[in-house]
Amino acid sequence: MGKFVGKAVKRREDARFLKGAGTYTDDIKLPKMAHTAFVRSPYAHANVLSIDIEEAKNEPGVIAIYTGNDACGEFGVPCGWQVDFKNGETMREPAHPLLTKDKIRHVGEAVAIVVAETLEQARDAAEMVMVDYEELLAVTDPKQAMEAGAPLVHDQWEDNAAFDWCIGNDRAEVEAALESAHHVTEMEYRNHRVAPNAIEPRSYIADYDVNADKWTLYTSTQNPHLIRLLLCAFVLGIPEHKVRVVSKDVGGGFGSKIYHYTEEALLTWISREIGRPVKWTSDRSEAFMTDAHGRDHVVKSKMGFDKDGKIVAHLTDEYCAMGAYLSTFAPAVPTYLHGTLFQGVYTTPLIHLNVIAPFTHTVVVDAYRGAGRPEATYLLERIISKAAKEMGMDPAEIRFKNFIPPFDGVEEAGYQTQVALQYDSGDYHGVLERGLEMLGYEDFRKEQAKAREYGKLLGVGFSSYIEGCGIAPSAVVGALGARAGLYEVGHVRVQPTGKVSVFTGAHSHGQGHETVFAQFVADKLGIEMDDVEIEHGDTDQVAFGMGTYGSRSLAVGGSAIIKSIDKILEKGAKIAAHKLEAAEEDLEYAEGKWTVKGTDKSISFGDVSLTAYVPHDYPEGLEPGLDFSSFYDPSNFTYPFGTHIAVVEVDSDTGKVDVKRFIACDDVGNVMNPMIVDGQIHGGVVQGIGQALLEEVVFDEAGQMINASYMDYAMPRADDIPMIETDRTVTPCPHNPLGVKGAGEAGCIGSTPAVVNAVVDALAHLGVTDIQMPVTPQRVWKAMQN
Amino acid sequence: MIPAKFDYIKASSVSEAVDLLDKHGFDAKILSGGHSLIPAMKLRLNRPEVLIDISGISGMDSITEEGGEIVIGANCTHHDIATSKLVNDDLNILAQTAKAIGDIQVRNRGTLGGSLAHADPAADYPATVLACDATVVAEGKKGQRSIPISDFFQGIFTTALEDDEIITSIRFPKVKNGNYQKFFQSASRFAVVGVAVVKSGNEVKVGITGVADTPYRAKGVENAYNGSADAADHAVDNVEVMSDHFADVEYRSHLAKVMTKRALEA
Repeated sequence: MGKFVGKAVKRREDARFLKGAGTYTDDIKLPKMAHTAFVRSPYAHANVLSIDIEEAKNEPGVIAIYTGNDACGEFGVPCGWQVDFKNGETMREPAHPLLTKDKIRHVGEAVAIVVAETLEQARDAAEMVMVDYEELLAVTDPKQAMEAGAPLVHDQWEDNAAFDWCIGNDRAEVEAALESAHHVTEMEYRNHRVAPNAIEPRSYIADYDVNADKWTLYTSTQNPHLIRLLLCAFVLGIPEHKVRVVSKDVGGGFGSKIYHYTEEALLTWISREIGRPVKWTSDRSEAFMTDAHGRDHVVKSKMGFDKDGKIVAHLTDEYCAMGAYLSTFAPAVPTYLHGTLFQGVYTTPLIHLNVIAPFTHTVVVDAYRGAGRPEATYLLERIISKAAKEMGMDPAEIRFKNFIPPFDGVEEAGYQTQVALQYDSGDYHGVLERGLEMLGYEDFRKEQAKAREYGKLLGVGFSSYIEGCGIAPSAVVGALGARAGLYEVGHVRVQPTGKVSVFTGAHSHGQGHETVFAQFVADKLGIEMDDVEIEHGDTDQVAFGMGTYGSRSLAVGGSAIIKSIDKILEKGAKIAAHKLEAAEEDLEYAEGKWTVKGTDKSISFGDVSLTAYVPHDYPEGLEPGLDFSSFYDPSNFTYPFGTHIAVVEVDSDTGKVDVKRFIACDDVGNVMNPMIVDGQIHGGVVQGIGQALLEEVVFDEAGQMINASYMDYAMPRADDIPMIETDRTVTPCPHNPLGVKGAGEAGCIGSTPAVVNAVVDALAHLGVTDIQMPVTPQRVWKAMQN
Repeated sequence: MIPAKFDYIKASSVSEAVDLLDKHGFDAKILSGGHSLIPAMKLRLNRPEVLIDISGISGMDSITEEGGEIVIGANCTHHDIATSKLVNDDLNILAQTAKAIGDIQVRNRGTLGGSLAHADPAADYPATVLACDATVVAEGKKGQRSIPISDFFQGIFTTALEDDEIITSIRFPKVKNGNYQKFFQSASRFAVVGVAVVKSGNEVKVGITGVADTPYRAKGVENAYNGSADAADHAVDNVEVMSDHFADVEYRSHLAKVMTKRALEA
């Protein structure tokens, strides 16, 4: 497209991040700012018998203490997505109070908040708040939560189901096809719960200005406008135009900072009560207890094949934990972001998924990098590999046999799945072929056989993933229960000097938007990147926005910016034609200037900009200024895909898995900045390997998370990960102007099953067919003993 | 992650530190590298009223040879030990052990004396000091005394130190042939199992950490050893093996044997 797009331009934001000069919410210190500490339940399920704040109130520095008995107790945070029961019953949506006054439903649930002059004083006083609890039996496992007699999370309903939902073909039809299938492969496992662990913990400052009667909420969110909408219209009932939400530098989210949390609403309320700014920053222990977790599906699945290894039917039943309440997007994750990907990259003619989503006595579960698609991919890629082994087929061969044939979405139509969606474009053969070439598959199998003779256990695992991102067409998601649109806003303001300020509703919390967006804006306008500034994360600056998640920023947010640039060029051409005394249709725009075709008569972008703001000699009837804002609502999701291949070595004595190689051949459509796409893939792959080998939230019987610190919750480290080998094919998205699909989650979606498949492959000759994730040394060793 | 309120006193001599310990009793804690104490204080699991910082006391951070022994000051960091020429040459197993602890930041702060006094059952040094038959030198109100390492570890976070005593140095015999093998806990990188083997001729001394609530000498292995690593099968004889979600009794017992075998074969 020009001189920046497609180049590995270094990230401009890194200048401040690498120097420690970013401004995260906790870095902000306002005059007269008060500090807070929460009193949180140590029990997963309990009745609150009494709360005594008298002694704490007299502690030094205490400004106020609030409990659920104060006015804030009337409010609650809403859920943003409604998924009803398949029998028509409405989703069960409990109140989610800012502070709990009667019933505790997870460890870490807030009972009181202490506001004090210093953080130390707040912490000390919080210890003096006396809460009398009556502990009750808890249930943390989603399947057990649906067993008869399970402790109820919400007493007003007869069981713990938030909803019971299904998608795909008629269940009886799918069951019949499985009955008559040549071979049926079965799996039962848990896609276990993980904690998000953004490096910056959540942090909020609410600042009420009594004179202006306005609030500013500084918040580490991925989603400033939606937070403002939910906060104002649904929680506190305050006018939206009176609230500014600022979310500038944010240190990672992985989904966990999409949601509207109770703490940010409570602080907003408190700031007006005390007439001062007030801050809360989560510590790491609170983050484990209160940030929305990911995954947690209990899965039972059957896939049927004909004698040639073609899939004939797929039936899955899942129990997917919601946690104690319904987080902002929670109901969408195991349903419309999960079941709709059950087609995978295969021509499976019959598919049925049933999801029961129970409440559990745990912190809420919501989208975590990939959100439903990693869980779908894990299932499909594990079960097809298991089937290949059972049927004596090669795992690559069975994939080639079942792939949907290539289609570009332009000449060839999109692919209509059995599970509601239509894929945009894809070439699933291509990425696996390239992956096998990168691996040197034949040589690997020889090496593996030889290694086994020496007692060395090598394995290879494949994953052919597809995911749906670039969310999303508003009408489609609305029909599926979303309570918001999923368009994006792109506002391009050309300054009189021809410098360009871009305001995007997408939100950067590590992605590199300030660089990538400037690359395509500069190219599209034929100007320098230095002449383009990208602004985000401030509701007073940016008209509106739906935030960043679901790998949507470039596909949706970028497209909105392109729409505004098109309007600028269209208006600019009118001004240029006037100045050049030529007809608009005789002009062409390139390299930052309009030229009369076939002549050397031209006018630069800067001169046109100045003319727009100093309209002395100007087209009649044309408004001054060069400033456009656009809303872009995509016509479809985008569907990146790829092949991930892991090579592992298992220590036969200890069961420890060493990932020797990791190959990622992805197709994310057109690539704006290959370095940033590689970085996204690397980060996602590491997170996916983390789930496969290391990370797991473990609860005890009483509902305590027993590994809620970095002493016990194992995050992947550099020495757990090999050099990641990346390559790409490019199948452009046919329905957005940049032809991009999205790269933020692909690594995390594709990698996990590749690793587990590789471990199972390494141990296949010992009769091992499956190992529960995370594939810890202990689990591997035990599998080898059986 | 904010500790409860505490007072901080920087001691300038061992006798001053001992006097302060004596004065404040249970309310005081010795601060050296602080890598176990400070996190526990931040979580308010530990809330001493007084911290007595011994890190500035001169003469406690030297590594010297005295009378054929290697004497390591209690304030020597893991990094000091891992990079000391004397230790690498004449007590290599201790350098191996120090290198297996934490990461570079941890090794720059954490100290040998602090680790031994804390007596975390998953710490690395205990295996090695046991296998080396080291001697802990401590000083208290009653003066200085030497504690044989075999008497030192008495249980989980429990040692033979009196309430008014601090470790000043640790004395090691020179060890030519020693090996430390560690199976890392994946989150903390502490030892799920750590095995130190010191060989001389057909004799071995085997120290094991991470397996029981107290680090121990694996006498079963030592007695059975006749030059063959098969003696490792006795690594958990008569030991009550710990269990957690990284390693249950069966797996941890197995790991102890594997790591012992590897250390014997090294």
